[in-house]
Amino acid sequence: MSVDAATVRRIAHLARIALEDGEVEHLRGEINAILDFVAQLSEVDVDGVEPMTSVTPMAMKKRTDEVTDDGYPEVIVANAPATENNYFLVPKVVE
Amino acid sequence: MTDLTSLTIAEARDALKRKTVSASELADAHLRAIARARALNAYVLETPDAARAMAEQSDRRIASGEAGPLEGIPIGVKDLFCTKDVRTTACSHVLYNFVPAYESTVTARLWRDGAVMLGKTNNDEFAMGSSNETSFFGPVISPWRRKGANTPLVPGGSSGGSAAAVAANLCLAATGTDTGGSIRQPAAFTGIVGIKPTYGRCSRWGIVAFASSLDQAGPFTRTVRDGAIILRSMAGHDPRDTTSADRPVPDYEAAIGRPVKGMRIGIPKEYRVEGMAAEIEELWEHGIAWLKGAGAEIVEISLPHTKYALPAYYIVAPAEASSNLARYDGVRYGLREPGRDIVAMYENTRAKGFGKEVRRRVMIGTYVLSAGYYDAYYLRAQKVRTLIKRDFEEVFARGVSAILTPATPTAAFGIGEKGGADPIEMYLNDVFTVTVNMAGLPGLALPAGLSPEGLPLGLQLIGRPFDEETLFALGEVIEQAAGRFAPQPWW
Repeated sequence: MSVDAATVRRIAHLARIALEDGEVEHLRGEINAILDFVAQLSEVDVDGVEPMTSVTPMAMKKRTDEVTDDGYPEVIVANAPATENNYFLVPKVVE
Repeated sequence: MTDLTSLTIAEARDALKRKTVSASELADAHLRAIARARALNAYVLETPDAARAMAEQSDRRIASGEAGPLEGIPIGVKDLFCTKDVRTTACSHVLYNFVPAYESTVTARLWRDGAVMLGKTNNDEFAMGSSNETSFFGPVISPWRRKGANTPLVPGGSSGGSAAAVAANLCLAATGTDTGGSIRQPAAFTGIVGIKPTYGRCSRWGIVAFASSLDQAGPFTRTVRDGAIILRSMAGHDPRDTTSADRPVPDYEAAIGRPVKGMRIGIPKEYRVEGMAAEIEELWEHGIAWLKGAGAEIVEISLPHTKYALPAYYIVAPAEASSNLARYDGVRYGLREPGRDIVAMYENTRAKGFGKEVRRRVMIGTYVLSAGYYDAYYLRAQKVRTLIKRDFEEVFARGVSAILTPATPTAAFGIGEKGGADPIEMYLNDVFTVTVNMAGLPGLALPAGLSPEGLPLGLQLIGRPFDEETLFALGEVIEQAAGRFAPQPWW
């Protein structure tokens, strides 16, 4: 499988990465080189093989669903580019 | 007086205990060495004030008889580990000003045991790379040079700053992370010891995530024994990482010197790849001879799905990365680039904040997870991963204790030499290491010789799950036979 320029733009938008027009062709070539490389997996007979979900056999630990850590909003927002009254500020979403 | 920066952890530990040297003297000697070695670009942040304060506390604990197992040992920390109140960037523009309010579990354990932080070390952006050339802070220059040449070489990656710092005596040990070879490949390129423990052995909590089902923390040291000493402090169960293994941590150092007589060592025929350099072939033969000489039994084995590990990795790792890196959106931390609306703000932030390699991998990951392609790519890759792991299980079930392979297909290359036109060329560096991550196994890389050009070459030992001890026992045998390797300082 290989991707065309429109697909490259669509993937970039899904990934929320702005692309300049001049980048599309180059990226298309690189992505297709990688897709060619991974295409060899189609040679492998995977009939009846379970996909891996956990690399070490272990049951995931569960804990009670309760708050274990809170009470410091000013620390949570300390690294944010824009905040007000311990809220994250973003451009207006709804008109 | 001997140069304090050339000590091993074991030697420094003895000197501190005998009080022939203080933790403060040890820290100061390293801070001076770091200041003289800025040409290597191994550290992206030096923390001399923290180092001196921690060393003074170590000296007080030593005086009062409360010294921990790593008391006063100065170390470097890969900039992927969150360090409380100390800038942590993953060497990405998108996190250029991030100051964590918390400490990663692995570093917290190191400080609990008395280690001293010298600074944060350089790495490929978000640990995506095999040469440390994708860092926002620029490439690391290897302390090694080819005989009679001054071409700048890569230290390997992604943990290139940690590897260069340990090889150049800018710390006694450093932390790294390994997703497809990011500890073992730079260890091999710089002539030191690097360990990727079993998946789940070290907590991933507080480490900037790349590919969560593959990422694992581990140490760089100049000897096998030092690796055993520091891994004991780094490892252990952490309730904050649900994939961390709830099982006791052995005294790894006790495995050093353990007899290897009668152990079955597998030599996988699939690792004799086409076009492998003669010097790597020869190195492997030396390793086999040394283990045989110590009484191990050498057996030829087959891991038939080896060639599919790298292509499967380049689906699984970018897929997980695209998901993990979704959080860098200019809202909660790091860089923000304005846009006409919120989507444009996300897109501009991520276009400017991510470097080329990271953008490419996020896009590949997005593509293989997107509607209509998931089964053909991601699901198939996870099935192939099951087969890769099964290959190892079958070999171990036949009584093989460990597997010996080369660590890398070549010695270190020059800066800018690889991957410019074809990304696959760079990815092939990890052909011998990536299988181990795909199967969740422990791997230890250590130097075993020099190339005709005078560059270090490494071997890799692969073990059963949670049997790092056997790797330390075998690694010690190889180290005793091969000796140790150090670059000639030019910086």
